[in-house]
Amino acid sequence: MFLSFIAKQRTQRPNNRKPTRAARALTALIGGLILLVVTFILSLLYGAVHVHFSTVWQSFTNDQTLTANQQIIRNIRIPRAIGAALVGALLAASGAVMQGMTRNPLASPSLMGVSSGASLVMVCALVFAPQASVLSLMLCSFVGAGIGALLVFGIALFSRGGVSPVKLVLAGMAVTAFLNACTSTIAIRFNVARDLSFWYAGGVSGVQWLHVQLLIPVAVFGIILVLTISRSINALSLGEETAKGLGERTLLVKTIAILAVLLMTGAAVSAAGAVGFIGLIVPHITRFLIGGDYRWLLPCSAVFGAVLLVGADLGARMINPPFETPVGVVTALIGVPFFLYLSRHAAGGMHG
Amino acid sequence: MIPKRRILSVTLCILCVIGVTLIISLNTGYLRIAPIDVLRVLVGKGSPQDALVLIQFRLPRMVIALFIGAGMAVSGALLQGITQNDLADPGILGINSGAGLAVVFYISMIQGQASALSGLSLFLMPFSALFGAALAALLIYALAWQHGVTPLRLILSGIGVNAAFMAVITIIQLRMDPKDFMQATIWLSGSIWGTDWPYVLAILPWMLILIPLATFKARTLNILALGDAVASGLGVAVNRERTLFLIIAVALAGASVSVGGGIAFLGLIVPHLVRRIIGRRHEVLIPLSALMGACLLLIADTLSRTIWAPAEVPVGLVVSAIGAPYFIYLLFREKI
Repeated sequence: MFLSFIAKQRTQRPNNRKPTRAARALTALIGGLILLVVTFILSLLYGAVHVHFSTVWQSFTNDQTLTANQQIIRNIRIPRAIGAALVGALLAASGAVMQGMTRNPLASPSLMGVSSGASLVMVCALVFAPQASVLSLMLCSFVGAGIGALLVFGIALFSRGGVSPVKLVLAGMAVTAFLNACTSTIAIRFNVARDLSFWYAGGVSGVQWLHVQLLIPVAVFGIILVLTISRSINALSLGEETAKGLGERTLLVKTIAILAVLLMTGAAVSAAGAVGFIGLIVPHITRFLIGGDYRWLLPCSAVFGAVLLVGADLGARMINPPFETPVGVVTALIGVPFFLYLSRHAAGGMHG
Repeated sequence: MIPKRRILSVTLCILCVIGVTLIISLNTGYLRIAPIDVLRVLVGKGSPQDALVLIQFRLPRMVIALFIGAGMAVSGALLQGITQNDLADPGILGINSGAGLAVVFYISMIQGQASALSGLSLFLMPFSALFGAALAALLIYALAWQHGVTPLRLILSGIGVNAAFMAVITIIQLRMDPKDFMQATIWLSGSIWGTDWPYVLAILPWMLILIPLATFKARTLNILALGDAVASGLGVAVNRERTLFLIIAVALAGASVSVGGGIAFLGLIVPHLVRRIIGRRHEVLIPLSALMGACLLLIADTLSRTIWAPAEVPVGLVVSAIGAPYFIYLLFREKI
């Protein structure tokens, strides 16, 4: 109900701009992909150590003995850049799905209890098992993400009246607040708030080939899944009744959408921590640029999310070398001015 | 239409809980004081030591908790009303993070001199918070302004400003030494700072003027909820009224944040709780939100002083820890 006026604006919009809109979306998608390739290459070249382009090339082609720089490229920078791209894409796509499904511009994947569940398990690990290995920490955060999501989904599912998007968001909000309160209490009580805050701010510096191997299948599967239901999400974003009237099986669509979001966010969080901001803002930026058709919005969001996170990760390395600035901070600093500029000067989709 | 008796009984119920909590809260704490001694102090015949603890330490803090709770809750109800979004609250719109940024900046400026954080500089902290909150609100409003302000643009610029402020807070925080970092974390989680009578006097006028004003104008908010077109058709000056409500909400949140830190969740949850009990009509929603918020924060503050006494848990965390399960219970019971 609270976004009824948006729906109204949406229906009032003249429908004669369709071809230009598709063309614009295609341009944005291709432009985004080119930008992604450029930032990807830049992020291989620059960092604490600057590497020449030929070295990058050799690290691919040369199979026998690798120099130190080639080692860096192969074992650190490439998985890190791929990881950043995948995490950005996953978070942005899940954000777009969440906003479309719940019809709320404030919805984001961080409301699904995923990152807060992971933080709680992480802080427990920091307090009770400070010597835990990277792999077990990753496993921990995946388990925590699952618990958080299960709580949110379970509450929405088993309450009277069943799952509705509004209820899901409210349940997510309450669970997130509760879990975060527990996390902060433990962090303050046991004096690990500072260690935790790096994890909170998120970062892809720890991404290894192992993470990438997990992320790739999830990304492929999840993005194909949301693309197949993107037409139904268009219908859902007009409201539950309208979607039913258009012949959508809304419960099925919502269940698939929720599962896809959980899967994608869970994988992203377990690899990169709580990078909170991409899932909220990138879908808005994309909507400003190409409008509110989810068949285009979802892939474009994914690409822009990838560009933003790869670029932000590069920035995080460059701002204060050899120290790393938390990538969530850089993402916000790059993304917010752009977002605010667009929110004033562009129009389209949910933004009328 | 909600029966008058129901409103009355809910009001009485909350008042009773507040009364009982007040008595329990006066009793408990680092120094336990028996109820009979409390009564004796209140009629002016207690021992000097009890009187000092009760009148100078505990009572002002409880009064402040009541005011902050009411202020935050009303601010949340107003913001949810004007943005027509159930997820809006002073936190998500950047007002809390504006105040937080000012405080974090302030703490990092005085560089953790342990002695500096008592006395004058401690007294200045609420003012820096109020300043930050006002600045954030001004920024959000300016960015959303384009021949008037729509709810959606308000939310969008709020998201942006909030994210930017949070990023800057993280940067400053990570540069602090551990002791300052802890202090900033506790403040950001929400804890009641000003616990003297001067603070009570400082926020009293805000609450006493703004909450009744909001209640008085609540019917306009009902009309605004019908959408801009209908509202202006009914003769409401949409932009002017919305700006007025926004100013009230920001002033309430700013005053509350300045002495209470980032108690964000309260503003979000209380209007929902009240709406579940008595429905969406703002002229009832706003005063009952004030009562409910005051009650919830008083309970949370009592718990935060006693769980790990003599150490304190930030009260904002207690609010989330007891508010969220109750909220989830309500979600369970009711259809939406």
